[in-house]
Amino acid sequence: MTIDLKTVKHISKLARISIEDEKAKKLAGDLNSIFEFIEKLKKLNTDKIEPLTSIVETTLKLRKDEVKSKNIRDQILKNSPNENKDFFVVPKVVE
Amino acid sequence: MSDITSQKLTELIKNIKDKKISSEEVTKSFVEKAEKARTLNCYITEDFDSAIKKAKKFDSKPNFNLKLPGIPIAVKDLFCTDGLKTTAGSKILNNFIPTYESTVTHNLWNEGGILLGKLNCDEFAMGSSNETSFFGNVQSPIDKNLVPGGSSGGSASALASNLTPVTIGTDTGGSIRQPASFTGTVGLKPTYGSCSRYGIVAFASSLDQAGPMAKNVKDCALLHEVMSSYDLKDSTSVDFKRNNYSELLTNNIKGKKIGIPKEYRVDGMAKEIEDLWIKGIEYIKECGAEVIDISLPHTSYALPTYYIVAPAEASSNLARYDGVKYGFRSDGENLIDMYERTRSEGFGNEVKRRIMIGTYVLSSGYYDAYYLKAQKVRKLIKNDFDEAYKKVDAILTPSTPSSAFKIGEKTNDPVSMYLNDIFTVPINLAGLPGISIPAGLDIKGYPLGLQIIGKAFDEQTLLNIAYAMEEKINFKNNIKEWWIK
Repeated sequence: MTIDLKTVKHISKLARISIEDEKAKKLAGDLNSIFEFIEKLKKLNTDKIEPLTSIVETTLKLRKDEVKSKNIRDQILKNSPNENKDFFVVPKVVE
Repeated sequence: MSDITSQKLTELIKNIKDKKISSEEVTKSFVEKAEKARTLNCYITEDFDSAIKKAKKFDSKPNFNLKLPGIPIAVKDLFCTDGLKTTAGSKILNNFIPTYESTVTHNLWNEGGILLGKLNCDEFAMGSSNETSFFGNVQSPIDKNLVPGGSSGGSASALASNLTPVTIGTDTGGSIRQPASFTGTVGLKPTYGSCSRYGIVAFASSLDQAGPMAKNVKDCALLHEVMSSYDLKDSTSVDFKRNNYSELLTNNIKGKKIGIPKEYRVDGMAKEIEDLWIKGIEYIKECGAEVIDISLPHTSYALPTYYIVAPAEASSNLARYDGVKYGFRSDGENLIDMYERTRSEGFGNEVKRRIMIGTYVLSSGYYDAYYLKAQKVRKLIKNDFDEAYKKVDAILTPSTPSSAFKIGEKTNDPVSMYLNDIFTVPINLAGLPGISIPAGLDIKGYPLGLQIIGKAFDEQTLLNIAYAMEEKINFKNNIKEWWIK
């Protein structure tokens, strides 16, 4: 299997990571060597094997659905890259 | 009394309790030591002034019933600390100040521990050499040209150079055990579900575990009993009976059965690693334990499995960094463009590579061929261990296929970097506990480690075996403080 430039571009679109053509070529090379290494799994027959879904078999516990407010709105909004201190602001999405 | 910073955790605790030294003296000693060691690049964020204040406060009203009475501790910068910048070694979190505390660090402070600062690590814990950090690589105290290992490289380097009495790291595929092995320190990856993942920057949620790193097994056991707790805030936290591991620690391992898996004798393994392993087997026998040959037939499939499962989970976990809530943004022409530029500029190359692998293996048409296949193989790997543990109590292997490598030696070849985790990765896939203890030096004088793998939730037996072996090995690290001019 080989991952071509077109596939790299497609994956980068899905992953929401913009990538220049030069870097995409290098990345395609890296990904191919990694997948060559991963392909080893195909040799193993796993037809009758159930996939592992949880490493420890436990039943999820329920907790009370309570509001625990610390009143930290301003501290949370400090992590906004935008200067507006009342909201997280994003570029306009509706015309 | 010996130099404060070279004392073991248990010695420091005793000296503080006996009022021979104050928390302030201890804290200042580690701060001064760190200020002279900035060239190692262990710290991303120093919190020294605050640490000294907390130490003074402790001394003014000391509570000697606590397990870590006034003990300063630096932690990997993957643990969220309330009000203190937490970067995960990434540019994308360079301005992120959490509004919550991770459960594990909360447990440390609750028992009297004092935060010294945040330690360097590979970006989002993705790396085996600490070279993927946005904040630059970390030098090993062993030799300035060597990597300290990764991803908990800052932690390992800070511990080995006496900048912190103990430290904590996280281990997704070997990130505690491999740097411990490279720096001659002890590192424990606990059973999955033992330490809460709440407040730890997520990499691969089904593999990540926090764990202690220390200068000896006893310190490691004590730190582990403080860290480990059942936590409702982490749905994968397991409610099992936790021990006071350090109090129950014993070097009596007579009659314990230790498995030696033949599949770990990999092609091209360095002779000195093979010799170290043989020596380890001799030590085990001298301790009165029984050595049994075992087989873990799917070992060679562990790394390929890991490089599907871990990137897949990472690509989902890292989707949250979109330039909106975590402090860093690159402007774009529209929302999508803003996302794409933020992630392109905010993530480093290794992280982008793994997000791309993860996105690909989860994408439409490839899920069955890769992710589902990997989870089936993971089951087989876990079954191997389940079978083995019908016959043995623990398993002994080398920690790494070589001693520490040089800075820059593997950065251009991702696959050769990945191969460094060949002995540690299967343990994460199976959710088991594993510990690396220093076991010798190679011909260049670099430390080598042995790994002991335990049964799930049986950290006590694991620690006891490590404790018994430590006594036999009597390891001496060869560190000259070359960084002090």
